[in-house]
Amino acid sequence: MTTAPTSRRPASPVSARRRRAYLRLMRNKPGSLAYLTLVAVLFFSGFPLYYSVVVASRDNSALGQIPPPVLPGANLVENIERVFATVPFDAALVNSVIVSVAVTASVVFFSTLAGFAFAKLEFKASKALLVAVVATMMVPVQLGVIPLYMLMIELEWTDTLWAVIAPGLVNAFGVFFMTQYLRGALPGELIEAARADGASTFRIFWQVVLPAARPAAVVLGVLTFLTAWNDYFWPLIVLSSPDRYTVQVALSTLAGGYVTDQSLVLTGTMLATLPLLAVFALLGKYMISGIMQGAVKG
Amino acid sequence: MSLATRSDTTKRPAATGGGPAPVGPWRHRLYRLDLKASPFLYIAPFFALFAAFGLFPLAFTAWVSMHDWSLLSDEHAFVGAENYTALLTDPYFWNALGNTVSILALSTVPQLLAALLLAHLLTMRLRGRTFFRMGMLLPNVASVVAVAVIFSQLFGRDFGLINWVLESLGAGRIDWQAGRASSHAAIAVMVAWKWTGYNALIYLAAMQAVPRDVYEAAHLDGASRLQQLLRITVPMIRPTIVFTVIVSTIYGLQIFAEPQLFGGAGPNGVTGGASRQFQTLTLYLYEHAFNRGFEFGYASAVAWTMFAVIVLVALLNYLFIRRIRSDS
Repeated sequence: MTTAPTSRRPASPVSARRRRAYLRLMRNKPGSLAYLTLVAVLFFSGFPLYYSVVVASRDNSALGQIPPPVLPGANLVENIERVFATVPFDAALVNSVIVSVAVTASVVFFSTLAGFAFAKLEFKASKALLVAVVATMMVPVQLGVIPLYMLMIELEWTDTLWAVIAPGLVNAFGVFFMTQYLRGALPGELIEAARADGASTFRIFWQVVLPAARPAAVVLGVLTFLTAWNDYFWPLIVLSSPDRYTVQVALSTLAGGYVTDQSLVLTGTMLATLPLLAVFALLGKYMISGIMQGAVKG
Repeated sequence: MSLATRSDTTKRPAATGGGPAPVGPWRHRLYRLDLKASPFLYIAPFFALFAAFGLFPLAFTAWVSMHDWSLLSDEHAFVGAENYTALLTDPYFWNALGNTVSILALSTVPQLLAALLLAHLLTMRLRGRTFFRMGMLLPNVASVVAVAVIFSQLFGRDFGLINWVLESLGAGRIDWQAGRASSHAAIAVMVAWKWTGYNALIYLAAMQAVPRDVYEAAHLDGASRLQQLLRITVPMIRPTIVFTVIVSTIYGLQIFAEPQLFGGAGPNGVTGGASRQFQTLTLYLYEHAFNRGFEFGYASAVAWTMFAVIVLVALLNYLFIRRIRSDS
């Protein structure tokens, strides 16, 4: 490794190789090993999801074959019908849509509202309050389920969707995320100008801030929707009638039956995951940018 | 909060009553009220809702934990630390704590190392960058329930694909659920599968913020790519690494769905296997709070102890990683 000053000499094989390596590094080009690794990772990422479709489209006897099936079969429709006959899965889908949409709308709205205040308005103790928001991001509120359950009994909300929606209405990550975004994306002059025109603060929020926040709102919305759709622990505790179940709880009752019917369970899994895959296919790139932005600033 | 602003706006409409321009000062006051009160009004919903459904229940857990509190009885006798002493002498609690820490370590360490390597690969100028990133995040879209169900099938003793592969490679079948180590490994795979790509993206974002000329200099000094990753990238993105370690730890200590569903049908789901070989702390909490007798006082002691463990682990992580920094 003492070949550093070779550039003046006519290229020896060693220096030519190093030069190529150097150029590759400067252009930061991956070698074939990098591609191979990434393709392998993609395979392992996708295979379990693919395999759930294989199981969902077979009948149970096919799963005992040696070797096990690796291609989809012809029983998908029949299995889907069986899922809907076993648990009220249609009600569960509707419930999950209601919960996820309500939670997403609320989180995006309140986060933008608070983010606007933290990013662009001056008020007492704003710094300390923002620190409080950031600190609450790490608090494991899931551990408060017992008093939360008692609270829901008090409010007579147990076994209703209210009980699932209420704890999700706001979250600290959303406020922090929106604050960071609006700080950079919203020019102060725009607000000054609107004020000079006599606009009230809320009017500024409605007509200036909300449109400016749209890109971040989409990102936050996708992330929140996924989290709400996939929530399991709390809905499992607070919902008790099958027609009130969300998709995740319905799915877990399928899986927890005394006779485990794998085709049935994985068909349910596929049905529960498909809406998310659709969201992901359409808005996945927003999710990626959201995770990456949250990382840099967090 | 808004009380203070309200007092100085006690309007005096009568004073400006019949004047030619009554609108002026009154509007000015309204404007000032708007300026002063609006920010508080805008952040109030967050703090109010978070306090009601997040912070208050968590804090009240401590109060409940000092009582003999059951949902089935209206009397809640104060018992002091009794729930805690009962908890600390229950071998099942220590069993659950051991299982949780074991699953946590088995999932977090390989997962974050793999995420670092993947992020390193993703910083390169790949063809189809978006495709690779999307593919990596795909597992994160599946819910914990879906992940647990799919992997319980893959890890099945008789018809699972993984055992079939093991057998055709000449290794024997493994009854994944039955053993302590094997069940922990299977659950760790579920967690890692869902979160590796997610963490890789977080690392990628941090790596992209490292200036390129640092790498050029390192290359001229003859550092290999691996050395660059270890000597430059890792130290420079340390805050992000601390962040992911803490978040993964907090998440890992609360693992619930994976062991619950891996246990399968019947009572084994709640106990984490027939001999509690993979019962985690949250499962233990769930068992006592919602599965048998609604022992809210005792379960609250579990929750509050978990909270203490989480705070402790987060703190230790933080100190440990700061220590590494000052050493190097």
